[in-house]
Amino acid sequence: MEFVVISLLNGITYGLLLFMLSSGLTLIFSMMGILNFAHASFYMLGAYFAYQISAWLGFWPGLLVAPLLVGAVGAVVERYGLRRAHRFGHVAELLFTFGLAFLVEEVVHLVWGTSSVDYKIPAELDGTLFTLFSTDFPIYKGFMMLISVGMLVALYALLTRTRIGLIIQAALTKPDMVEALGHNVPRIFMLVFGGGTALAGLAGVIGGNAFITEPGMAAAVGSIVFVVVVVGGLGSLGGAFVASLLIGCIQTFSIGLTISVTDVFALIGVTLPAGSQVARLTITQLAPVLPYMLMVAILIFRPRGLMGARES
Amino acid sequence: MNSHVPQAVFRRGRLLLWGACLALAVALPLVFKSGFMLSLLCQIGIMVVFALSYNMLLGQTGLLSFGHAVYFGMGAFISMHTLNMIGKDGGPLVVALLPLVGGLAGLLAGVVLGWVTTKKAGTTFAMISLGIGELVAACALMFPGLFGGEGGVSGNRVVGKGSLLGFTWGPQVEMYGLIVAWAFVATVAMFALTQTPLGRMANAVRDNPERAEFVGYDTQRVRYLMLILSGLFAGVAGGLTALNYEIVTAETLNAHTSGVVLLMTFVGGIGFFYGPIIGAILVTVMQIVIGGMTQAWLLYFGLFFLFMVLMAPGGIASVIAMQRNLWQAGLFRRMVPHYLAVALPILVLLAGLVGLIEMTYALLAGEGVGAGDTATKVMGMQLQLSSMEPWAIALATTAVGVALTRWIGGRTSAAWNETLATLHGDRT
Repeated sequence: MEFVVISLLNGITYGLLLFMLSSGLTLIFSMMGILNFAHASFYMLGAYFAYQISAWLGFWPGLLVAPLLVGAVGAVVERYGLRRAHRFGHVAELLFTFGLAFLVEEVVHLVWGTSSVDYKIPAELDGTLFTLFSTDFPIYKGFMMLISVGMLVALYALLTRTRIGLIIQAALTKPDMVEALGHNVPRIFMLVFGGGTALAGLAGVIGGNAFITEPGMAAAVGSIVFVVVVVGGLGSLGGAFVASLLIGCIQTFSIGLTISVTDVFALIGVTLPAGSQVARLTITQLAPVLPYMLMVAILIFRPRGLMGARES
Repeated sequence: MNSHVPQAVFRRGRLLLWGACLALAVALPLVFKSGFMLSLLCQIGIMVVFALSYNMLLGQTGLLSFGHAVYFGMGAFISMHTLNMIGKDGGPLVVALLPLVGGLAGLLAGVVLGWVTTKKAGTTFAMISLGIGELVAACALMFPGLFGGEGGVSGNRVVGKGSLLGFTWGPQVEMYGLIVAWAFVATVAMFALTQTPLGRMANAVRDNPERAEFVGYDTQRVRYLMLILSGLFAGVAGGLTALNYEIVTAETLNAHTSGVVLLMTFVGGIGFFYGPIIGAILVTVMQIVIGGMTQAWLLYFGLFFLFMVLMAPGGIASVIAMQRNLWQAGLFRRMVPHYLAVALPILVLLAGLVGLIEMTYALLAGEGVGAGDTATKVMGMQLQLSSMEPWAIALATTAVGVALTRWIGGRTSAAWNETLATLHGDRT
């Protein structure tokens, strides 16, 4: 019981963080048709910017400034890079973001070195929020949840309750018509790209110190975010939300489970031949591949994803 | 379009070209005898096959894969295990045929994984291939028995007694010969494939899948077949690496290797059969030569790649093809002064930029050791990195380079557009 509740809380925290990344990715994808390969690189940039700002000014200014900086970088990338690549088609765009991810990693190596940096949780958030059974739940996890949920509510309100949100929604499906009505659609694209990357940056700010801030963090999270987007269904925000929580929970639960594959099959009444390498693996060892296996399963049985609207 | 060109003449020219390439590949080690050059040539030969196999997907079928190293790695691992298994029972002939085993392993991996990945095309395929690539790479670390864990699997390519026509594959030169032979056979086979109905249908599926389906072809099936065949050739390349280095690590099937093959294929040019060959040669040479000179090699490579995506999305092959068109129309001479004029500001810009990057690297690498206080050696010069002077010079050079490139580059592109218009007959 204790294990289940704690893992669930951790899974939701991680899942919400994943959703901050995948929501930006989904918005950018459904609006511009661009799969932003460098999305996780903006997550990494957020973490590193926040680390640098917190070293100079403290954590709280970093929380505010770092995502804005990342968003500005994203807007510049869209304006001067992607818009040009767009002329050459989708493959060129995808390759541009791929090259960008490559470059960002190298720049991070150059500026902050190849090993991890000491980006710490601020002292006022370092402590125990409550104790459940016998496990402490840290304040910072609660803070992460608060920020993510707050951000998502704000995003939802922005998209559905404001004028600019209305225009963005219209531009998602009928960009030509929106343009004909006198709106500057390329600028909306730049805004959405900047906003999406700023969300990724914010995720980096609060995720960087909860996990670890190192040059490999973009690659590690990046592929998981793609899994989330595929499982949820390309272009579906709701699907991305469900898939984020699902994968967040799968990851945290599987890390804590020490039963082996043999035990799992025993539960459903199948006895595996003892001694093979597969049968001896524990769920913990399988943890890194579980999201990908889920993705493959989804692709085989429900190719459009959990909530994807269309076949592509 | 080519139907009016007599086929025989066409063939003869092509045969001459193939023969010349083969002769060049065989002659190169006679000219460059150093061990460094030889290992570079071996690496190039392997990468040519790998990049060509990748272009079967990206260039010919329009499938952008982020997980092609899986097939390469599977070929390498299975070849290595086979090599270790045959051990003393084998001989040089068996070793020479090992890349075929690698190819079969790649083909099998393609049959299994391709069934999942090729269900979709376009962006979805790109993401799925990435996921599958990560899945296999993660599995590689879970099964140390098959993939050798962190240390990899190693073996010895000299097995058994005797020799095959005097070859034991022990010396690197003999290995180079084997690589050239396999690379040549694989290249010819891959070229032949582009001429078959399947190769043509792959182009159709790339250009207009809807119409291809309308004509009665199953696009998914075409993609699946192309992926399987591409896996076969990637596996051959993998088998060659296993033999060449005598060690295979999990690195061979991870995302990094997939990224490198994508980069080299694209830089070379995906629209032409010979594009990936150029890319493989160029990137491998750059990797080893520039990589040996500076730590910042990957940064330069990333910048170069982005430059290519934005400025010449057709790759180097398309640039060459363009110049050839101009040459044939007698317009090339018109562009030469412009090329020379624009080369100078670009060189200035590069000098400034490289200076800045190298100084930053030197400064950050020496941080904490106090290297910033004393003169540090950067690009053969003793520089005082703590003073403003070198930075100011580098910044000024970069700024001048940017300004000049914009100014002269604008005139060059105007001249270029003019020449193109003439070429297309809009102007005389």
